[in-house]
Amino acid sequence: MSGALTLPAVQTAAKTSRGTFADSTRGWQLIAPAMVVLCLMNLVPILWSIGMGFFRYRADRLRTPPHFLGLSNYLDLLTDDDIWERVTNTGQMILGSVLLQIAVGAALTGLFYRPFPGRRLVLMLVLAPMLLSTVFVGTFFNFFILPPFGLVPMLLGAVLGHPVNPLASPAGAMASLIVADAWMWSPFVMLMLMAGLSSVSKDLCEAAEIDRAGRWNRFRTVIFPSLQGVLLLAVLFRIIESFNAFDLVFTITNGGPGTSTETLSTEIYGDAFVLFETGRASALANFSTFVIIVLANLYFQAIRERNRDSPAPA
Amino acid sequence: MTPDSDHPMFRPAGWRRTAACACVGVIYFIPVLWMLLAGIKTRQDAMATPPKLFFAPTLDHFRSLFTGFTPEGQQVFPAGFIFYVFNSLFISATSVLLAMILALLAAYGVARMSIRGTHWLMFYTLAMRMIPPLTTIIPLYVIFSKLGMGGTYPEIILVYTAFNLPFAIWMLRSFLSELPRAAEEAAWLDGTSRPMILWRICLPQLRGGLAATAIIAFVFTWNDFLFSQILTGQDTRTIPIALLRVLGADVGTDWGLFAAGGAIYLAPVLLVAFFLQNQLLRGATFGTVPR
Repeated sequence: MSGALTLPAVQTAAKTSRGTFADSTRGWQLIAPAMVVLCLMNLVPILWSIGMGFFRYRADRLRTPPHFLGLSNYLDLLTDDDIWERVTNTGQMILGSVLLQIAVGAALTGLFYRPFPGRRLVLMLVLAPMLLSTVFVGTFFNFFILPPFGLVPMLLGAVLGHPVNPLASPAGAMASLIVADAWMWSPFVMLMLMAGLSSVSKDLCEAAEIDRAGRWNRFRTVIFPSLQGVLLLAVLFRIIESFNAFDLVFTITNGGPGTSTETLSTEIYGDAFVLFETGRASALANFSTFVIIVLANLYFQAIRERNRDSPAPA
Repeated sequence: MTPDSDHPMFRPAGWRRTAACACVGVIYFIPVLWMLLAGIKTRQDAMATPPKLFFAPTLDHFRSLFTGFTPEGQQVFPAGFIFYVFNSLFISATSVLLAMILALLAAYGVARMSIRGTHWLMFYTLAMRMIPPLTTIIPLYVIFSKLGMGGTYPEIILVYTAFNLPFAIWMLRSFLSELPRAAEEAAWLDGTSRPMILWRICLPQLRGGLAATAIIAFVFTWNDFLFSQILTGQDTRTIPIALLRVLGADVGTDWGLFAAGGAIYLAPVLLVAFFLQNQLLRGATFGTVPR
């Protein structure tokens, strides 16, 4: 493809008396306004939060000067058994939800990958959940789960023969959260897997057909290799998002029953805006930020590797 | 999303698969549908046991959303639901517009100028969107309160502009990098200024991408709860917060009213799911995954 049309070097660099087309100082001028807004609204708060983590401070008493504590906010958090419970809850939710999303997402992909009339409309129905407001989804999951009028306890009650309230037991509450999160985000995994499918080699597929390769073999050798990369991206992406999930927990269980579904984000929210222990909340938030930075780096790494394999970066 | 039909993997589905797809699609959507149905049921029907599939539809809830009073004469929203719709629209639209302008310039800079470290810059922007929102919300709350700007429009609009920026930059860069560079360089050689190149050559080709980016960013902002919950005040409350208040209100949980408000809240989002399917993945993953 290349070489058919070779332009002189001067022309490809598009250089005139006004300088090159891709002048880097001009480039910075274009980027600067966006970066200023991002720094003010994002970087400054993050630094501020790191600072507040060292103080005892209450955001409802702005006049009271912060009291320097050193590392004791962090030491308190580390020795607090409740915090470890939040960590395990968060982990359980991520694990359950991401596994379920992959399973359902894969099933949806297997069903929907071939074109058929009306596919756009049907896909709209499937994709809608991931575009809905999480608060709305959380609230209407309550509508299904709450007895006596909820569909879920009614159906379960009919099967088991006695009234059921999933939100009354820790396991049921956690399961409700996982199902809600997975319902919303399985379509996302489906989208990712479909993007992977579209890069399955046509020639290999045809060859496999001619060889009459069995279904499993065809999947394992021809199809799965193109899915691996996106699957890894999808898992990392969903882990990050689930780690940050707040709205669903807030609206469905609000941490209950007791504190059995309280996650790190609801704990931070509670500390910051119910108890107004802003310093402690910041310290915990900084810990979350650290976890996310680690996860985000894994995600970036996966992207870089994927781009190296298939030289068609987005 | 519309795969090559020559490809052996993407041969058209048979009628059985088509039927299965249709069924699964409907089943997947039933939760939304069931909730929305509650919006046109009377309060008794919505909470009936066993659930009622057939009922006499009523528009009472929609009426009370706009008059502000239930048929029983109880006030539901002090300022009327339309006020929250306005707030949501105004805040989302303004912040998306601002973000689009800033992001278009930045994306153009990243896609077309030779700047060292763009790669790093792009990942840094992406990371900003992944940071737990609460980490930035707590300091923002403190900072804006100290500035005396708590609960004002400029506060929440600024915050949402920054919230949309990483997404918009990534999306626009990904659309820009699909445009041929040659025409722009030719125009540059002919003496066209950079703003004119952006305006006359890039923008017309970028129309679809701009629209998709703006609309998806709008949906993100429209849907967001946490920033609004903490950073808006009496006068700037958005729909999701108002809806949650309905449920926690002393009127008792009025599911019908919630569902009716929800229907209005959801309508724009469903349109996006239909018309922008092809851009959704790119939108959700910020263009880190092609297509």
